[in-house]
Amino acid sequence: MTGTGTGTGQRAYRPRMSLWWWARKRSYTLFILRELSSVFVAWFVLFTLLTVWSVARGEERYEQFLDFASNPLVVALNVLALAFLLFHTVTWFNLTPKAMPVKVRGRRVPSTVVIAAQWLGFVVVSAFVVWLVVS
Amino acid sequence: MPNREVEPFAWMAFSAGGVAAAMFAPILLFLFGLALPLGWVSPDHAGLLDALGHPLTRLALLGVCAAALFHFAHRFRYTLYDGLQLARFGTVITAGCYGLAVLGSAAAAYILLLVL
Repeated sequence: MTGTGTGTGQRAYRPRMSLWWWARKRSYTLFILRELSSVFVAWFVLFTLLTVWSVARGEERYEQFLDFASNPLVVALNVLALAFLLFHTVTWFNLTPKAMPVKVRGRRVPSTVVIAAQWLGFVVVSAFVVWLVVS
Repeated sequence: MPNREVEPFAWMAFSAGGVAAAMFAPILLFLFGLALPLGWVSPDHAGLLDALGHPLTRLALLGVCAAALFHFAHRFRYTLYDGLQLARFGTVITAGCYGLAVLGSAAAAYILLLVL
């Protein structure tokens, strides 16, 4: 007998999802863009190490690095990367109070306070880094 | 597929790297990728070498770089699983992503601790 039922040899039904599933809805697209920010985090590490290496190898090598990095294509890539890194920062800071509720004396600190505190940290870190590099 | 014993550590590295990248990456890429090459700020080479060569700077940069790489590895791994529907290549993807993070961290340690 064939037809529906609990016959053997049936395969589990696995719906095939389109590769473009994330394009259907704005929230899905934002999710995949957030995940893709990780690629630019890797680029940031690569570029930082290249900078450090060039500085360490002497003034001439550093000048060559500046020439390379001021190429319009490289600048455009870094502008794009910076946009993704800031997107990562915004989404990360917004997620923190959800992922890790902060309590003080048994009372939950409001999300807005946690988010604001992180931005304060961001400003302090950024100002310190600028001072360190520029002065 | 995710390994129950290792996964919590991968997730912790992912979080630590997420924080490091959120705090340090934008300003560093802004400085190294835009402000220095475009001449918005122009510290001389000796000053830059001093600032970067300080032991605390090296250690901080090494921590940021390594953590950020493991953050990338973990997140990109799931991007490939879900975004491109490649869960069937799980083992290869996992090995590739964390392998890159390990190699990258070793390169970072070499550059920051030995070359600089």
